[in-house]
Amino acid sequence: MTLANYLVLAAILFTIGAVGVLVRRNAIVVFMCIELMLNSVNLTLVTFARATGTVDGQIMAFFVMVVAAAEVVVGLAIIMSIYRTRRSASVDDANLLKY
Amino acid sequence: MTQTLGAGEAVVFWVLGPIALAGALGMVFSRNAVHSALWLVNTMLAFGVFYVVQQAPFLGAVQIIVYTGAIMILFLFVLMLVGRDTSDSVVETLRGQRVAATVLGVAFAALVGAGIARATQDLPAGGLGNEGGPANIPAIAELLFTKYLLAFEVTSALLITAAVGAMVLAHIEREPDSRRTQKELSRARFLTSNHPQTLPGPGVFARANSVAVPAILPDGTRSEASLATGIEPEEPDQMRRPTGREELGSRDAALGTLDPAPLDGNDR
Repeated sequence: MTLANYLVLAAILFTIGAVGVLVRRNAIVVFMCIELMLNSVNLTLVTFARATGTVDGQIMAFFVMVVAAAEVVVGLAIIMSIYRTRRSASVDDANLLKY
Repeated sequence: MTQTLGAGEAVVFWVLGPIALAGALGMVFSRNAVHSALWLVNTMLAFGVFYVVQQAPFLGAVQIIVYTGAIMILFLFVLMLVGRDTSDSVVETLRGQRVAATVLGVAFAALVGAGIARATQDLPAGGLGNEGGPANIPAIAELLFTKYLLAFEVTSALLITAAVGAMVLAHIEREPDSRRTQKELSRARFLTSNHPQTLPGPGVFARANSVAVPAILPDGTRSEASLATGIEPEEPDQMRRPTGREELGSRDAALGTLDPAPLDGNDR
């Protein structure tokens, strides 16, 4: 096996996450799929860091993790406040701006 | 020039790769959101091992501590707050959306996977040398505080903003005097129900203290109020009760102040 195996695995996992975002209706599960996509990109960054022999890719993966943590905190707070007002965590029910 | 990796790493990859893949698929296909979270934990742990194998031990530790330790626990907290029974509806709101998404996903995976595999099949596995091993954390620290110092500082601003934003979003505004006092609460409890005290706990006076075991009242009957909701009540082996008197079930029988009753066996 070569380093390409890791990259292909990351691509497949990214796709699964993207399909999950499109298919699932529960806002929390959609968030988990986004986390999966971010993680697979991190795997790509770490693999390229190894290929180039520098630590820069690892630092970028580190920053991605920090941003993902901030995003999750705010996103889950938004989901909670939407749930409080609409009693639903489904992305189909938050459609007030549509009309 | 094709650089093949070591056999040990290949074993790790071919064991953990399918596990990560199964975790991702299980996350997308689970009906229950809690199961989705647990599948994702599976994938993230596999990723942590991948990072360690790929000469990033610091990131591997951060992955396991931050992602599986903190972020997924946050997900589970919110799932419990929101209620885990708010599962997905099976109804498709857009016709054919699921099929279209799957086709799109397979096509995208094939395109990107094939493209990456072709483009990077000669990727040299240069390796980080000492920086991928013991000197990994000093190397990261040096870059983080020199070349990426600005990004690092902006990150701190981002984190504090996210924390404040989450507090603002999750905060509930209450009127100053809207909270009911203890006196009002107890008055409401006595006026509205005929059961002012707490409900009997499960298993009290019974021979087991599982939540599934109903409490036994002094007269030997089961207390329906002690049954937990959502759990099938189970009947434990009860101690043999005295059978000498015809008023079995009276208060004396349970307290043992009856005449010694003839027992069938010597199980007392």
